Amino acid sequence: MAVLEIDDISVAYGAVQALSGVSFQAEESQVTAVLGANGAGKTTLLRAISGLVKCKGSVRYDGRRIDNLSVERIVRQGIAHVPEGRSVIEEMTVEENLRLGALWRFGRRDRAAVIEEMFELFPPLAERRRQHANTLSGGERQMLSIARALVAKPKVLLLDEPSLGLAPIVTARLMAVLRDLTTTSKLIVVLVEQNARSALSIAGHAVVINLGRVVVSDRAETVAGDAELRHHYLGY
Amino acid sequence: MQFFVNITLGGIATGMIVASVALGLVLIFRATNVVNFAQGAMAMLSTYIAYAILHHGLGYWLTLLLALIIAMIFGAVTQRVLIRPIQGRSPLNAIIVTFGFLIFLEGLAGAIWGATNRSYPAPFAESGEQLGSFHIAFSPFNLYGVVAVLLLMGVMLVLFRGTNLGLRMRAVAFAPEAARLLGVRVQPLLTLGWSLAAAAGVLAAVLVVPNSDLTPTFMDVILIYGFTAAVVGGLDSPVGALVGGLLTGLSLAWVGGYLGGSLEPMAALALVIVSLMIRPEGIFARPAARRV
Repeated sequence: MAVLEIDDISVAYGAVQALSGVSFQAEESQVTAVLGANGAGKTTLLRAISGLVKCKGSVRYDGRRIDNLSVERIVRQGIAHVPEGRSVIEEMTVEENLRLGALWRFGRRDRAAVIEEMFELFPPLAERRRQHANTLSGGERQMLSIARALVAKPKVLLLDEPSLGLAPIVTARLMAVLRDLTTTSKLIVVLVEQNARSALSIAGHAVVINLGRVVVSDRAETVAGDAELRHHYLGY
Repeated sequence: MQFFVNITLGGIATGMIVASVALGLVLIFRATNVVNFAQGAMAMLSTYIAYAILHHGLGYWLTLLLALIIAMIFGAVTQRVLIRPIQGRSPLNAIIVTFGFLIFLEGLAGAIWGATNRSYPAPFAESGEQLGSFHIAFSPFNLYGVVAVLLLMGVMLVLFRGTNLGLRMRAVAFAPEAARLLGVRVQPLLTLGWSLAAAAGVLAAVLVVPNSDLTPTFMDVILIYGFTAAVVGGLDSPVGALVGGLLTGLSLAWVGGYLGGSLEPMAALALVIVSLMIRPEGIFARPAARRV
């Protein structure tokens, strides 16, 4: 079984230490929730895994070290990162965004098929396939940025605050889709969230980070059941 | 009436050449966030090389093809050697490097070929046609210029809109980080952007040179008009380069025709000032702010 192993990674922005010695493992067919307050280092953690920021320590996927590779190569190992803020390319149509995601992975014929799969998974996108991405609503943009990562059939999905700014009902639907995908596609999902309650509802494992350090790394149910921890670090 | 039609046609012919220079500036700015002051000088050097090839007996068209290829290689090497090391640094670095490169290239051309004026041929007649009592100043050479630039822009349009390579190039221009996260290798595309820009530059140069003589500085004025066009149209829009080029060409022609040729450079300046006052980001620029 493939795992994503984060081992003792540290990231500094100049004099500011964003992450200090963070370690945990994320397993296949399971959502690993990374929780914590603003500025805890959650986004930095994902950026370190996908190679966007340099880090000390090591990141291994399926036993192979990936932390010394370039961003493009890490993506080509099957590690997809959906950054915060629905980073769709606004000047392109929905279909072009998806095609871009599939380009490195599939030839012409397979590409058309996987893009259709995404439209089945996220029906609202199918209706807007030829529209520019800047005409989409917040929820649709989030669907598109997730679909654009999934279209290359990744093995690891890193999600940064997918629920940010979405209506609760949209968030709930998104979480349900994610949970199903994780088991059917044997994905390793690392889900960074401030909305701890909804993240814990689909997570198998949870890592709580505070000021760049891991406070707790345990089963999601255990974390959700610890009232003191919830109150202290998760705000509910 | 005849006068107005003729200076307008002349303005369109000039405008298309200016548009080609502006297109080169836009392609480079879009891809690498650099304003390339050496755009004209790079085209000038390629034109000198074309001149040398021409004098070895190759025909106009074969020489043009070779000039385009040489310019593309030149553009690629420039990006790899000069621009890549300063990528992501302060914009001032890029200004100094490209401006220094402009001076270097003009000096180099002067050292190799001397400061004497040389003439570069035109493949078509440069005089207009007489239609009854109506003299049309628009020459076959002018028509060739307009068609050549439109052809180049057509090729770029197909490349950007109709191919996967173009899709990747647009992604890198609009959202470099998102593009990398989708597995796009950014650096080769930036190099290609400089290549295409250099091709647009040398095309403009061979269209200008029959009327101005080949000297190390013959592209300087047209580069300034190219900047005008790029600023008016929006520094990151190829369509803006075309429209900006035509607006610049027409302003120059009308001001030159009615107020005197010595005021032409002032017309370009006035156009920049007016467009910066009305729409500082340029007519076709994306509204989003750009981090500098």
